[in-house]
Amino acid sequence: MRYSGLRVLAEGLRGNRGWRPAWRKPAPRPGYDAIIIGGGGHGLATAYYLARNHGLTNVAVLEKGWLGGGNIGRNTTIVRANYFLPGNSEFYSFSLKLWEGMERELNYNVMHSQRGLINLFHSDGQRDAFARRGNMMRAQGDDAVLLDREGVRRMLPRLDYEQARFPIYGGLYHPRGGTARHDAVAWGYARAADARGVDLIENCEVTGIDIRDGRVKGVQTTRGAIWAPKVGIVVAGRSSQVAAMAGMRLPIESHVLQAFVTEGLKPALDHVVSFGMGHFYISQSDKGGLVFGGDLDFYASYAARGNLPMVEHVMEAGMTLMPMIGRAKVLRSWGGIMDMSPDGSPVIDRTGVEGLYVNCGWNYGGFKAVPASGWSMAHLMATGQPWHDAAHFRLDRFRTGRGLMDEEGTGAQHNLH
Amino acid sequence: MRIPCPCCGWRDRREFTYYGHETFLHRPAPDAGAEAWDDYLHNRENPAGPTRDLWYHDPCGSWVVVARDTVTHAVAGGEGLA
Repeated sequence: MRYSGLRVLAEGLRGNRGWRPAWRKPAPRPGYDAIIIGGGGHGLATAYYLARNHGLTNVAVLEKGWLGGGNIGRNTTIVRANYFLPGNSEFYSFSLKLWEGMERELNYNVMHSQRGLINLFHSDGQRDAFARRGNMMRAQGDDAVLLDREGVRRMLPRLDYEQARFPIYGGLYHPRGGTARHDAVAWGYARAADARGVDLIENCEVTGIDIRDGRVKGVQTTRGAIWAPKVGIVVAGRSSQVAAMAGMRLPIESHVLQAFVTEGLKPALDHVVSFGMGHFYISQSDKGGLVFGGDLDFYASYAARGNLPMVEHVMEAGMTLMPMIGRAKVLRSWGGIMDMSPDGSPVIDRTGVEGLYVNCGWNYGGFKAVPASGWSMAHLMATGQPWHDAAHFRLDRFRTGRGLMDEEGTGAQHNLH
Repeated sequence: MRIPCPCCGWRDRREFTYYGHETFLHRPAPDAGAEAWDDYLHNRENPAGPTRDLWYHDPCGSWVVVARDTVTHAVAGGEGLA
């Protein structure tokens, strides 16, 4: 069923009786050409691009819960391509281009809104660093504009420009950055993958990975054994547990990152804004809620909920930047399980087992990467070769020290990102 | 979340800095080779459930090996590092 405005109108006139479920609920078959473990954004996108780009339609996505129930539904929905280092820069640039064509491609409204992203700076040193980042973004072919204080004030009149401790010097404006409706991205990829014949199997937890003579043979699940010559692990915060089934230890530590949303307000904030002095980022959803977040809680956690010290810190940062948010009530807060890598950059690579591939280490930035991650993972699984824009996301870079991508420049160590 | 310090007793989590899994206590020999050092520096069991990790108590300077649960955030106890 193709979605369109005309269709909405026609269904409305016929009492909306013609809508059908967006995807099937198939039982697992005995075997597939490829299995994706994990029905989140990255896993569903991988399945879609396996079918679309490589003609591999005999594919299953195995999800232990429900589709899109993990980090794809728990983030602050920011889409951007403002990375600095070679390896990351071209990858996120490619990802943003896929975002820009996504709704047409999937025939699904993901409410992608390129409202612009503004990273504020608060000192001369920070201005220099952002100018350099902006130059790198432009060299990559993306857009970046350095705004002075008045330029920021014109776009963001509701920030606090009077306070002396963290004065706003200006901002790096990334016009093509923005937000998207996070769940819709998962649903859009799920529907489009299903339409191409991919089996999306929910409530099917992988309990073992079958390996013989160094080759993957399939997986054991709560719904029986399924064989496949190719298996991709795309499970974000749970990467360590699934990789352990194949005898691997990954360079991943899972941490909790919290996010918050207020009650709905009238339009108050037209862009995505990040505060440069307290790691705080905020945007306003289409429903009117202010969606914001800050740092990790900074300890290993699978709780999918955080503790109060970071709640306090985020609220303090928000009040410092934008005192008006103190009048809004926080409706909800939640946490996601972040697969933190030592250098803060991801992994899309082969493993020591033939036919077994791993996609992990998205840290706190996986949402914007969904289309390019799926594209690259599909390319790797179908051809055995890395997609060129993701060729730096190697698993062995920690062991060799070659090609580390440490955007923050703090060192490739677990507790520093 | 409260964490036991060997000097100061149970204190608020705000007073502590997290360092990482207790793997950091088992430093390989300098000539142990790249695999051993990679495992020590980067690779982690990353358990979902009981774990033991290193925390630093900022006010008194004690290092604590904390036994806690990564799923429930319950802290079972801790021992100081000599």
